[in-house]
Parts: sequence; C-alpha cells; structure tokens
Amino acid sequence: MAATDKVRILVVGDSGVGKTSLVHMICHNEPMLNPSWTIGCSVDVKLHDYKAGTPAEKTYFIELWDIGGSSSHKNSRSIFYSPVNGIILVHDLSNRKSHQNLRKWLAEILNKEGKGIENGYYDDYDPEQFAGNQIPILVIGTKADLAETVKKETLLSRMSSIAEECCADEINLACNQVKYLAPGSSNAVRLSRFFDKVLERRYHSSNNLQTSQSPVVDRRRPAMHYSKSSHVD
Amino acid sequence: MSFLVDSCVMFFSQIIFFAGGWVFFLKQLFRDYEVHHFVVLLCFSVTFALSCAMFELIIFEILGVLDASSRKFHWYVGLYAMLLFLIIVLPYYIAYFVVSNVQFVSQKKHIRIGLTTIAWLIYLYFFWKIGDPFPIHSVKYDYISIEQYIGRVGVIGVTLMAVLSGFGAVNYPYTSMFYFIRPVSDADIQMVERRLMQTIDMILMKKKRIAVAKREAMQRTNTGESRSGIWGLVKSFASAGSGENLGQLRQEADALEELSRQLFLETVDLHNTQERMEYSKTFKGKYFNFLGYFFSVYCCCKICLATINIVFDRVGKTDPVTRGIEIAVKYFGIQFDVKFFSQHISFFLVGIIVVTSIRGLLITLTKFFYAIASNKSSNVIVLALAQIMGMYFVSSVLLMRMNMPSEYRSIITDVLGDLQFNFYHRWFDVIFLVSALSSICFLYIAHKQAPEKNIT
Repeated sequence: MAATDKVRILVVGDSGVGKTSLVHMICHNEPMLNPSWTIGCSVDVKLHDYKAGTPAEKTYFIELWDIGGSSSHKNSRSIFYSPVNGIILVHDLSNRKSHQNLRKWLAEILNKEGKGIENGYYDDYDPEQFAGNQIPILVIGTKADLAETVKKETLLSRMSSIAEECCADEINLACNQVKYLAPGSSNAVRLSRFFDKVLERRYHSSNNLQTSQSPVVDRRRPAMHYSKSSHVD
Repeated sequence: MSFLVDSCVMFFSQIIFFAGGWVFFLKQLFRDYEVHHFVVLLCFSVTFALSCAMFELIIFEILGVLDASSRKFHWYVGLYAMLLFLIIVLPYYIAYFVVSNVQFVSQKKHIRIGLTTIAWLIYLYFFWKIGDPFPIHSVKYDYISIEQYIGRVGVIGVTLMAVLSGFGAVNYPYTSMFYFIRPVSDADIQMVERRLMQTIDMILMKKKRIAVAKREAMQRTNTGESRSGIWGLVKSFASAGSGENLGQLRQEADALEELSRQLFLETVDLHNTQERMEYSKTFKGKYFNFLGYFFSVYCCCKICLATINIVFDRVGKTDPVTRGIEIAVKYFGIQFDVKFFSQHISFFLVGIIVVTSIRGLLITLTKFFYAIASNKSSNVIVLALAQIMGMYFVSSVLLMRMNMPSEYRSIITDVLGDLQFNFYHRWFDVIFLVSALSSICFLYIAHKQAPEKNIT
C-alpha cells in the first residue's frame, strides 16, 4: 500500500446536485441509499489501473474529495483546494442554474491555486484564466432520469458551454442507477480516460521526471561510467 | 369618472409592485434554482403586490389622495383578494407540492390532486378551530362575514410579527455590537485546520486499506475455484482471517468522518468571527455598532413597555403622533397648526414603518430561504414564505391602526369590521415579551458555550 501512488481529484458543484452519490457510485459501483448534506469534505478512494491491459499497467489510488457546496461555508473551503491534480465539475441536469454556477466554482478553485486574478474577483467570469489551465477537468451532469422530462432539444443545446471552454469531457448520468457507469459503456470509458489523463499529467509527463524511476538510473550510469574509466586508467 | 382614474392609478401601481415581486423572486430567492412551476412565481408576486397595495392605500388615506369612496372600494377588493389567496390558493398549492415531494405517493395526477384536496380540507378545519379560544366576533357564526377570516388571519399574523420582532430586537444588538465578539487569531484557525487535515489523512488511510482489502478479496474469489465441501469452507475462513477486518475499519472511518465534520464547523465559526472582527474596523462596522447601542436601549424600553401594558392592563388610547404634538404644545409651548403637522408627521411615521417592515421581512425571508432550501423543497418553502408574508402584512395593517391619529383610523375600522383591536395589541405585547425573553436566554446559552469550544 505504501508503494501505491495517489492523485487528488476534487469533486465540486452546487449544493444538492448529487456529488456524494456520484462519488459513492464511482468508488463502490452501487447507488447510495441515504445521502445527507455534506459538511466540509468527504473523501473516498478508488483503485485505478493506469494503462490497463498493457505491460505498463500500474495501480494507483484515486482520492475523490467531495466538497460540500453550501454557500455559508465558502470562507473555509480553501484549505481543501491545494494540491489538486484533477477537477470534476458536477451539475444538475434538471436545474440550469447549477450549470451556470460551475464557472464560479472553477474560478474559486483556480484562484486558490494562484493561477488566476487576485482575491475579490471570484464571481467575475474571465475565459482567459481557464485557457492556461493545466489541470484536467471533467464535467458530469446528474439526475438524468429527472431531466428526461425536459425537452431533448434544450438538453442538447446547453450541452456544456463550460465543457467546450475548458476542453473538458462530459458525462450525463443518474446516480441511482448503476447502468450508466456499467463497465464498457461510453460513460465508463470517458471516466477511465479522464483518470488516465490525470495520472499521466501527474506522474508521466516530461515535467515530472523526479517522481518516476528513470532519472535515478540515469544519474547512476555516468558515475559508473567514470569509475570504469578511472579504473581503466 | 374620477373612479375610473383612481382605478387606473391603483392598477398601474399594482403592476409595478407585481414586477417588483417578480424580480425579487428571480434574482434573490431563486438565485440557484430553475423555475419549473410557473404558478409558484405567480403566487408569490401576486401576494407581494396585494400587500404593497394595502400599504399604499393607507398612505393615500393619510395624504388624502384619491376619492374616499373609490379608496374604500379598492380596500374591499384588495382585502377579499388577499383573503382568497391566504386561505384558498396558497395552502392548496403548498399541499400539492408537499404531496408531490413525498416519495411513496404514486405520480398519477388524480391521486395527487385527491390527496391535496384532503390535506387542504384538514387545513381549513384547523384554521377555523384556531379562532375558538380568541374573542373573535362569532355570535352570528356567519361564514360569509369578513371578520371571521380576518380575525383568524390576524391572530396568526400578529403572533408571527411579535415573534420576529422579539427575536430581532434582541438579536440585532447582539450581532452588531462588538462587545460580544471574541478575539480570534490566525494561529487558532491554523491549529484547527491542521487537525482537520490530519483527520482527513487518517480517513484516507483507512479507506485505502478497505479498498485494497476488497480488491484482494475479489481477486481471491476470482482466481480461487469453487472448492466444495469442508475443504473450501476451511480455506475461506483462513483467508478471511488474514485480511483486514473490514467492519472495524469502516466504523473507525465513520467516527473519523464525524470528527472531521465537527472540526470543519469549528473552522467556519472561527473564520466568521475573524470576518466580523475585520468588519468592525471599517467605517460601516463602526456605524452599525453605534446603532446597535441605540437599538439595545430601544429594545429594553419596548420590553419594559410591554410588561407594563400587561401588568397594568393598560391600552394606549392615543397614537404617538398626537401625543408628541400634545407634549410639544403643553410643555414646550410651541404653537403650530396641529392638523397640518399631524398629517405630515403621521405620513412620515407610517411611511417609515411600512418601508422598514417590508424591507426587514424580505431580508429575513431571503436569509431563511438560503438556510433551509434545497432543490426538492424550494417550491414548498417559497410558497410558505409567501403565506407568511401575506399574513404578516395583513396584521401589520391591523396593528398600524394604533399608530395613526383617529381621523385616519376610521377607514381601517370600517373595512376590517368589528374586530377587537385592543385584544390584538395585548396579544402582540404578550408574544413579544415571551419571544424577547426566550431569545435572550438562547443567546446567553449559545454565547456561554462557544468559548469552551475554542479552548479545546
């Protein structure tokens, strides 16, 4: 267990959209029976196989930090925001306002990371600050069963303006039915791809060589080379 | 002809109030929710428009605007419409949305409407029964007379007003005066935050162990063939014993999660106190602090006055305006035209009361709504708030009669009929006293408990 690395993914969204049920379904593959309002942050872990099926397969811990969306707790949420390796934005398909508020959530997190404008401008929406963002984002719409009463056209037309802006992937599901995330379904494939993207950016990109095994070997080789040459001499 | 003009004026102003209620609903109350049922928005705006129209008529009464007979007509129209909403329309829709939210009710339309009608009839029965212990004019037992319904609405509304005033009178000095703020330093907050993060790390560790154990158990059941009989049973016992004790881990994780929630709430509390401290250094904060001292004195006066009224069974006969003018004339010898000034001063007084009570109620409703509303219950809560708002405004019209000189009281007395107004004032005093004293107790206990949390 100590040898398994981990990444931290934040799950944020308005109060009542279904983040806790979503996290429970992702980690345990069963719907949650009695979700109650999240106070503070509730965490859960999932074991994910990076590059499953290939020789480079490696198991990682994915920590899902589900942050309570109540607006009266806004001033204390910031300690959960760093470090963050991935963001899942959750909105309610039957409530359009929760989708519009996702921008505020993203701004809140990115400002805390120090990549945006200074404090006091959380509510201003500036697409520029999302452009330079390196953190992978996934947008999930919940309560798809309730939203079927909404007309199909409106559902498709508001298919994530925010997902386009952040170059994020998008999933629509209902957290009380496991079929939406059944293995092999397109939703499950997208989720798995998102986790792979997060892991890749954290552990396998060219900036992060210190955490992987290869540079240790590289540094050792020249030393051996010198000692060999000195020995010969 | 003048009646037509007056009606146009009233109609036009009601449209403005309706638009105001609409905008308030969409921009403030339903800030985070999408409006699925248009009827909720409509009911709220209409109730708001009718309440404001009633206040407007009082002000017109004082200023002498519009024709007296048309004023009376519009009073009757407004009052009947308001009663229709408060007794029939709003409770019906509240019952409908409550029934729709309950999960085990089938979603067919006629079952829902049937249950709603039953609930509504039960509500009507209890509404009628409320009037029994109170001296509401019931000799005739006339179902059509307006006094029966206004009397009952008045009782509920006056109780609400008194509870809100009592609590507000005590709470406002408490929150705005800095005498009550406890100092909080950055180090305190960091300490609690560190404990919170440590707790979350421990939760993560436990959950990781659970996840690994579950995966190992699954791999074992996948690779292990179905060993039949006793040998398989023995093997499964042995392998389970070596793994983690999942149940115990889960229990520990649950306990740690509870602890993390408590710690988070402490952090929120400390952050709020720190914000209040920073606010107290600003100019606005100092201004409200000053006002807080005034209000605490005013609140003590009101409590004493209420006690005296109850103990000595005294009901004020004259309103503050006339009494003020009498004092000014008698003791200070200032001679001025009583009639002219009494009209203007009572206009200002009533105007201020109306504006502050509307504003105060809307702010309180908004705060209340944000605190308790969720996606499912937002419709029910907003309609309940509209009902409370309607009853509140009807009873403030009732009680306002006390604050006006006698020549303007006649319209209220005429329209509202034969109500025992003195009873309502006495009832207001009693409930105000009870509410203020109990809020003092609650705030005292809450204030005493909080420092102990900071020490641990």
